[in-house]
Amino acid sequence: MNEVLATSPGTQTAVARKRDIGEVLLQVDNISLRFGGVQALAQVSFDIRKGEIRAIIGPNGAGKSSMLNVINGFYQPQEGSLIWKGRRLRKMRPHFAAKEGIARTFQNIALFKGMSTLDNIMTGRILKMRASFLEQAFYLGRARREELENRAFVERIIDFLEIQHIRHVPVGKLPYGLQKRVELARALAMEPELLLLDEPMAGMNLEEKEDMVRFILDVNEEYGTTIALIEHDMSVVMDISDRVVVLDYGRVLADGTPDEVRNDPAVIEAYLGVQHD
Amino acid sequence: MDTLYSIFVEPFRQIAEAPLFFFEVLIGGLAAGVMYALVALGFVLIFKASGVFNFAQGAMVLFAALFFVGFIDLGLPIWLSLIITVMVMVALAFAIERVVLRPLVNQAPIILFMATIGITFFLDGFGQTIWGSDVRRLDIGIPEDPIFIGDMLLNSFDLFAAAVCGVLVAGLALFFQYTPTGRALRAVADDHQAALTVGIPLNVIWTIVWTVAGLVGLVAGVLWGAKLGVQFNLALIALKALPVLILGGFTSVPGAIVGGLIIGGGEKVAEVYWGPVIGGAIEDWFAYMLAMVFLLFRPEGLFGEKIIERV
Amino acid sequence: MIYRETGQFRTSYAADQAIFPIRQDRIGIAVILLIAFVVIPATASQYWLETIMLPFLIYGLAAVGLNLLTGYAGQLSLGTGGFMATGAFAAYKLATAFPELHIVVVLLLAGLITAGVGILFGLPSLRIKGFYLAVATLAAQFFLLWLYNRVPWFTNYSASGVISAPPRAIFGEVYVTGFEAKPLAKYFFVLSAVALLALLAKNMVRLKIGRAWMAIRDMDIAAEIIGIRPLTTKLSAFAISSFYCGIAGALWAFAYTGSVEALAFDINVSFRVLFMIIIGGLGSILGSFLGAGFIVLLPIFLNNALLSLGLAEAVALASHIEFMIMGALIIFFLIVEPHGLNRLWQIGKEKLRRWPFPY
Ligand SMILES: Nc1ncnc2c1ncn2[C@@H]1O[C@H](COP(=O)(O)OP(=O)(O)O)[C@@H](O)[C@H]1O
Ligand SMILES: [Mg+2]
Repeated sequence: MNEVLATSPGTQTAVARKRDIGEVLLQVDNISLRFGGVQALAQVSFDIRKGEIRAIIGPNGAGKSSMLNVINGFYQPQEGSLIWKGRRLRKMRPHFAAKEGIARTFQNIALFKGMSTLDNIMTGRILKMRASFLEQAFYLGRARREELENRAFVERIIDFLEIQHIRHVPVGKLPYGLQKRVELARALAMEPELLLLDEPMAGMNLEEKEDMVRFILDVNEEYGTTIALIEHDMSVVMDISDRVVVLDYGRVLADGTPDEVRNDPAVIEAYLGVQHD
Repeated sequence: MDTLYSIFVEPFRQIAEAPLFFFEVLIGGLAAGVMYALVALGFVLIFKASGVFNFAQGAMVLFAALFFVGFIDLGLPIWLSLIITVMVMVALAFAIERVVLRPLVNQAPIILFMATIGITFFLDGFGQTIWGSDVRRLDIGIPEDPIFIGDMLLNSFDLFAAAVCGVLVAGLALFFQYTPTGRALRAVADDHQAALTVGIPLNVIWTIVWTVAGLVGLVAGVLWGAKLGVQFNLALIALKALPVLILGGFTSVPGAIVGGLIIGGGEKVAEVYWGPVIGGAIEDWFAYMLAMVFLLFRPEGLFGEKIIERV
Repeated sequence: MIYRETGQFRTSYAADQAIFPIRQDRIGIAVILLIAFVVIPATASQYWLETIMLPFLIYGLAAVGLNLLTGYAGQLSLGTGGFMATGAFAAYKLATAFPELHIVVVLLLAGLITAGVGILFGLPSLRIKGFYLAVATLAAQFFLLWLYNRVPWFTNYSASGVISAPPRAIFGEVYVTGFEAKPLAKYFFVLSAVALLALLAKNMVRLKIGRAWMAIRDMDIAAEIIGIRPLTTKLSAFAISSFYCGIAGALWAFAYTGSVEALAFDINVSFRVLFMIIIGGLGSILGSFLGAGFIVLLPIFLNNALLSLGLAEAVALASHIEFMIMGALIIFFLIVEPHGLNRLWQIGKEKLRRWPFPY
């Protein structure tokens, strides 16, 4: 497992790119989450700053996905709270999270299988649409205008992610790598302020991975989108993230820049020590 | 005001005044509940082993009863009719596994559910095409005399049905506990991966559970048929097993029994004490409404576990 | 330029987002409307109009309603009959209580009332899914039927429990309900209502609300995290679906049979409509009509077939055989072509477009 932590010096230069990291966007404060007897998260605290790429790493079952689910309000923690843009929230709800611009992709692809690529991405615009169902039924006024505006917006994302050719294909028929990309497109359609990516490169071949890394960096740089990223490929993590938080058995094991984390004895211990999958 | 009184006060006054009658009503309802439970049991067996929600369980009850009474009416002795009907149910299980389940393996549960609605219609139509739709009397000598326990007037048929149900459940429990096939079935119910390690092919297991469910249906059909006559209505009555399942949870045998008793007892008591106030025949829907209201508060059923979905 | 279908390109999103973006579909719809509004009225016999076209159109409307709920929003309902009955009885109460109310208003209000009832019975859908929900919708079926059957107020205290549609006219003198109504007038009336509602449904399913329904159907968790509210989305499906079913029920009682009792909308109606959308195609408006046509024609075809075999007394037998065939067909379609007749139609269209170049 040693080589997992090692990155080739050549790729390190990527970190050197310029990035404006601003104030705290989201503060995770002392979150604990249990499922029956399983302690998925235990007193987890860390923050995510505006504009950064924040990696969350850790072995399988460490609680990474659960952390994202807490952040967008899908799981309700037993203890602790979230502070979003300086406001302490009594409770995070998925709808509120979406409205506030927290978007996410899933570890296991969660696309709408019966719909085309275009329609999948268009669902990401639903919160931006206001037309009443009567306007929609008659395809009049706001309904028509919104449909065309949002279609234009979505087309920009389609161009950006280079998926023009699969626009009208039902997503169920797409290969795995493209499905992951459509999922990213759907998240981007929400114009997110904070983008949560749960293992966006898992199961991809090298070329697909490189594309995905490029997209993530572009999103971050061009749109200034803050990104929280779960990823197992350490070279990628060390390359593109500004700061890394390490979870293990639901606890924060380490938190810092890639270099700090890499050299943290506890982290080395965890990764070199007994495997617990 | 009068209505409120007759809904919220009067029934309880009646109960308090004639508790004996109340218990007779309740026990009559529980007896019907036992029969719902019998149908529900068939559902649970199939659901546990294959994750299929078998809407056709009620149709299987009617189907089995139609064949049984049909053979008897042809002049065959009861024991021979029974054997032939058992064979028919085994053949049915094979056919369903081969024709419906195997091609639909790995489909969404809702698709399989709709397929079993198809099976329902097919069986209802097939059974009646062969045997006609007249009501047939089924008399296999189950005693129907009223008997007194203390001061309470009970029907010996109901007691007999309850006893049969008890024996059946005990028999199934023993089967699952002590026979290799039964243990394999339990393993499958807990974990479909485990089935592979048990070494029994999945389709064999499915055929077995559908057979067992068919036989449970046969028992239910014979009992219902002896009580009400064999007729198309049986399939509708058997539908009441659905709310029973909702109450009891889809995977729990005790749940099926307790749910059956609650629904059976509840609807009878409601019918007798509240029915007249609001128009009668509320047995038609009481079970479903009870289940629906119950679902609002405890979607996982009485015995089910609460599950938080994963993403 | 947006690639769409063989040989068709579009240069604007407006064209690509139109209700029928493909030329063949536009032609197809025009042909269907032409047949429905011109050819059939000009050629069909009274028997055809009254015993085939009217139930076909009305069942088709109910199937569209159920398809919105089940095919698009993924919420299985076995309560269609109960909702249709609600529409029929609501329309009856409205029409008799307010005789001056225009029949179109009566229908709309009946639809709205049914929508309200649908929302009520859709409430459990927030917490339960799949076959659990199906069982809950059975509660609607049995309870509503009992209500209209047992509570005399709904039938204006008619002794038989049968309601008869009062005569109502549109454009002043053209009767579309009641005994004076001519088959052709009823046909045009029903056809216009059904065509309009089908068109509106087509619009809804391709825009925001339809996408929200399908998102909930395909992956409710992801939908929620995108900001789609599960409860409002599901309830909107229940409401709009029930609106359609309610109007279908009202048309059934008013324009088709003229008089009904509650039991005309029993659970078999619910199954029948469900079978229409399975056979026609889940998640397809056109499929709803294909399925309706199929299920309406099947018994007629069977009866005639048995008659020609010399089985004149075979009414009961025909209905049993019909059951068998429907059951077998459901299984067949679920296994072989889950997208139903609509898919076969699509494939046929594809072939036609490429003709005469088979590649
Ligand atoms: N919905 C759930 N129900 C029960 N247990 C869960 C649920 N979600 C996660 N867990 C448990 O919480 C722990 C952390 O899981 P997860 O967050 O998926 O880890 P990771 O993403 O780091 O691999 C695991 O033990 C997992 O089994
Ligand atoms: Mg994970």
